[in-house]
Amino acid sequence: MEEHFENEMNLEFISKSANEAFARISVAAFASQLDPTIEELADIKTAVSEAVTNCIIHAYENEIGIVKICAKLKKNEIIVQISDNGKGIEDIELAKEPLYTTKPNLERSGMGFTIMESFMDSINIESIVGVGTKVTMSKKIKKEEADQQKISQMTSMP
Amino acid sequence: MESKFYEKDKLLVFKITEEIDDHSVQKIRRKADYEIERFMPKRVVFDFNCVTFMDSAGIGLLVGRYKFANLLGAKLEVTNLTQSVNKIFEMSGILRLIPVTTLKESIA
Repeated sequence: MEEHFENEMNLEFISKSANEAFARISVAAFASQLDPTIEELADIKTAVSEAVTNCIIHAYENEIGIVKICAKLKKNEIIVQISDNGKGIEDIELAKEPLYTTKPNLERSGMGFTIMESFMDSINIESIVGVGTKVTMSKKIKKEEADQQKISQMTSMP
Repeated sequence: MESKFYEKDKLLVFKITEEIDDHSVQKIRRKADYEIERFMPKRVVFDFNCVTFMDSAGIGLLVGRYKFANLLGAKLEVTNLTQSVNKIFEMSGILRLIPVTTLKESIA
């Protein structure tokens, strides 16, 4: 059965660093339908910014390419997919290591994936060298409140 | 980004007013290095009070300025970290290297 999403948006732009702000603000505006807290929204913006920056400086290495974002809403969850047709990642586990960077000369901190991992609930990276990379991240909004509701529903059951 | 140099204390303050990402750091970095070289301060302080967004580019920016300031005999400090900025710095461990300070001086 096909998964049911309540809303979806797609975004495509060329890999210019000026678009980093556009990308994260667009996803944040879309996510705001779920009524997130300011902190949750900041987390989503930061994670998107990291993923889009990776496309621009690592995947395309400042050549012009297309960055695609697909964001979906499902109940209280946002799923963001950010993909490129760039050079790909040879060793994903190594790329995820905190402080690992292939571009220390550009003052890159190597914290991109670490931030995505800790600011979102889940992250999945698929990459083929020479073909491209797809990063899928998800985050549940108002998790605590939803959990609270569930508990109160359960305890009120006869 | 605005900057102000306090001659008496050899203190150079940078007040970052833009969102910090891979795009904006390029400009911030150029201006900061230029001003540090021009004034040769003893202390360099980055003020984050007006920063509404920062991603990992901010870590690279600070580590780079830390090295550059050290090279020229200056000490780097940060001040007025907002909650979201602090979250990223805490994660990176950079605050073990760069002290958080409070400033009497401020840029109006």
